[in-house]
Amino acid sequence: MDLALAPETLARWQFGITTVYHFLFVPLTISLAALTAGLETAWVRTEKEKYLKATKFWGKLFLINIAMGVVTGIVQEFQFGMNWSDYSRFVGDIFGAPLAFEALIAFFFESTFIGLWIFGWDKLPKKIHLACMWMVSIGTILSAYFILAANSWMQHPVGYKINEEKGRAELTDFWLVLTQNTALAQAFHTLSAAFLTGGAFMVGISAFHLLRKRHIREMKTSLRLGLVTVAVGGLLTAVSGDTLGKIMYEQQPMKMAAAEALWDGEAPAPFSVFAYGDVEKGHNKVAIEIPGLLSFLAKDDFSSYVPGINDVNKAEQEQFGPGDYRPNIPVAYWGFRWMIGFGMTSFTIGLVGLWLTRKKFMLPQHLRVADDEVPHLVLFRKKPLGPTLTKWYWRIAIWTLAFPLIANSWGWIFTETGRQPWVVYGVLQTRDAVSPGVSQGEILTSMIVFTSLYAILAVIEVKLLAKYVKAGPPELTEADLNPPTKIGGDSRDADKPMAFSY
Amino acid sequence: MELHDVWFVLIAVLWTGYFFLEGFDFGVGILTKLLARDRPERRVLINTIGPVWDGNEVWLLAAGGATFAAFPEWYATLFSGFYLPLLIILVCLIVRGVAFEYRAKRPEENWQRNWETAIFWTSLIPAFLWGVAFGNIVGGVKIDQDFEYVGSLWDLLNPYALLGGLVTLTLFTFHGAVFTALKTVGDIRVRARKLALQVGLITAVLASIFLLWTQVDSGDGQSLVALIVAVASLVTALAANQAGREGWSFALSGLTIVAAVAMLFLSLFPDVMPSSLNEDWSLTVTNASSSPYTLKIMTWCAAIATPIVVLYQSWTYWVFRKRIGTQHIAADAAAGAVH
Repeated sequence: MDLALAPETLARWQFGITTVYHFLFVPLTISLAALTAGLETAWVRTEKEKYLKATKFWGKLFLINIAMGVVTGIVQEFQFGMNWSDYSRFVGDIFGAPLAFEALIAFFFESTFIGLWIFGWDKLPKKIHLACMWMVSIGTILSAYFILAANSWMQHPVGYKINEEKGRAELTDFWLVLTQNTALAQAFHTLSAAFLTGGAFMVGISAFHLLRKRHIREMKTSLRLGLVTVAVGGLLTAVSGDTLGKIMYEQQPMKMAAAEALWDGEAPAPFSVFAYGDVEKGHNKVAIEIPGLLSFLAKDDFSSYVPGINDVNKAEQEQFGPGDYRPNIPVAYWGFRWMIGFGMTSFTIGLVGLWLTRKKFMLPQHLRVADDEVPHLVLFRKKPLGPTLTKWYWRIAIWTLAFPLIANSWGWIFTETGRQPWVVYGVLQTRDAVSPGVSQGEILTSMIVFTSLYAILAVIEVKLLAKYVKAGPPELTEADLNPPTKIGGDSRDADKPMAFSY
Repeated sequence: MELHDVWFVLIAVLWTGYFFLEGFDFGVGILTKLLARDRPERRVLINTIGPVWDGNEVWLLAAGGATFAAFPEWYATLFSGFYLPLLIILVCLIVRGVAFEYRAKRPEENWQRNWETAIFWTSLIPAFLWGVAFGNIVGGVKIDQDFEYVGSLWDLLNPYALLGGLVTLTLFTFHGAVFTALKTVGDIRVRARKLALQVGLITAVLASIFLLWTQVDSGDGQSLVALIVAVASLVTALAANQAGREGWSFALSGLTIVAAVAMLFLSLFPDVMPSSLNEDWSLTVTNASSSPYTLKIMTWCAAIATPIVVLYQSWTYWVFRKRIGTQHIAADAAAGAVH
């Protein structure tokens, strides 16, 4: 059988495509839910119209995005049974529980309260309407936590025992599965990266309007909110990434050795800036390195020994029997770098933006602007950027708005392919996890169907986002400014059209 | 009652919730072609379920996730075995969700019409296929000693399962029609009641045959009671519909779904997926279930979460309790969507 078409390969490709695609929408959903809720909170507390306009604007983009996140998430729930039935049989006792928790607690929350929020503008008093958005936000974060706990168990299985008689893994400590350090660090890292993603999205779109001097009030507010989110999210992503990296050096040394293309263990171990190597022979042909830095990343000092790919491979062969326990090294090496590179570029652009647009009281009188004017980008005290550089800052912000999405995708590709050949590290190999009863033709069919459907929907979604981005915040209506005082709406006129309808 | 029996009941409850709720919103989707005469009427229909369809659909994800956690073998056999029908259902649910959310987001005639067509087909197809799937689960399929489905796609399209598909299709359409009568005002409400009568009569005939067939094949005393409740409530729902008691009619069509699902699960028990090849190869509540520890945790989760879900979802229906008609739909579709 041609290996390229082996069911395992096909099933992995399908899982990769559908999951990376799904995860384009997830981080934006998580962060935009909270940011929209934050803007609506500002509206409820201050009654400044710019906050309501911004809420409606970002809320609309959030809705276009979450629709895709929700529907692509359905596939995730069933894909394990369809393509990975032996995986499901072997780990369902453990892995199923967080998924069920996610559905019963988080999905219901998100999906019910999002309906109330969309249709509730003229049906709910404004504080209750606002509470609905916070419920959605809590739902998205809970959902992320449960699924990351499940994934962390695949990265580092804990709280289970093998039942030989039934031929499966069984849960012994659910609390440990939910709170092991891998789960905490992954959740911290993924959630902060989600906020970096939403922040960069907000900064880029605000920059688009500010460059054109449109919707200045709302976009200035959004720009500040976005920049602060990028700065905080970016910093936390870096910190949590470092923590997660150290945990991975303990739990999956192979993944981290692959991420550095470190073939043989060294003390002190260098950090690789560029490497090109021969996977078959197990060495690098070209390597540019910073001495000692890898030891620091792994163990917090500049001298510790870090095991290499060949060492871990040998150790795993001794432990688990003959075989090749190396993941795809170039994918791990470059995936790790793309993740950090794209993510940290966004972080830097955000930090620069935060400095350039600092608050008025830090600026001399002549550089301060009114609420309805585009801010000067001020590099040094009394020295604003010229018109060309200003234009370029806005442009860079626009062009890099999707950088964290690229970083997120590579992050998942790195962490999932870096765990191979294991699906559950040290417990179950990926080749033993596929559905034995599903034919190549069936997997190929579903892969082609999902890939083409997702491609079509991507075009539709991006065009729709672009349309609403360009349109800018909507004008407010009488009804917007006079929200109902009673649940179900004030019955002033029984035949009044609904504030929102599909 | 052991925990795996409790979980058999809970899985049945989640599927019942799904068919009760998404049942009427599939039905409403089907009515967009069957009942609505023009775009404003189609929009009235879509907006009766607009705020709730997404929450309704989560009952499916809960049923799927809970099956994975409580009966991993059942989850694995069912979804790898019914691969292509499930693929079609997933594609429908993806397109359907996007259709609801995106239809009004552009004013172009073509755009809106295409999404409306999508809503109709992606409501109709799963409404039919879920019946086919349950017909096969209850009727039994070719499962080998390793719990793998070894039949073909064509084996799934047997007369009993296809009849099951027609039953869910017509029952959900009926359920959607009485829901529409309950949630709308004006001409469409009157026509929904008329259509409910026609569809309801067909449903009564098909459902009676299907449930009797099930009873004869694999029923017992309890399933007979459920059968009688299902048929009686369907007939009473029809009578209530004729009497213009829309609330009662909807409650009774809902009860029909509850009783019919109960009847199927009762005739299934203690199997969860009987094998038609050899009785010993059937998946049962004991050989397909998770460990007692997992079931205990899941029981706590479901016992606390499910009632809360029912509470806040009921509250949602109360918030959107007003009937809607064409006068409530802003004429400028695109402007309405920009807000």
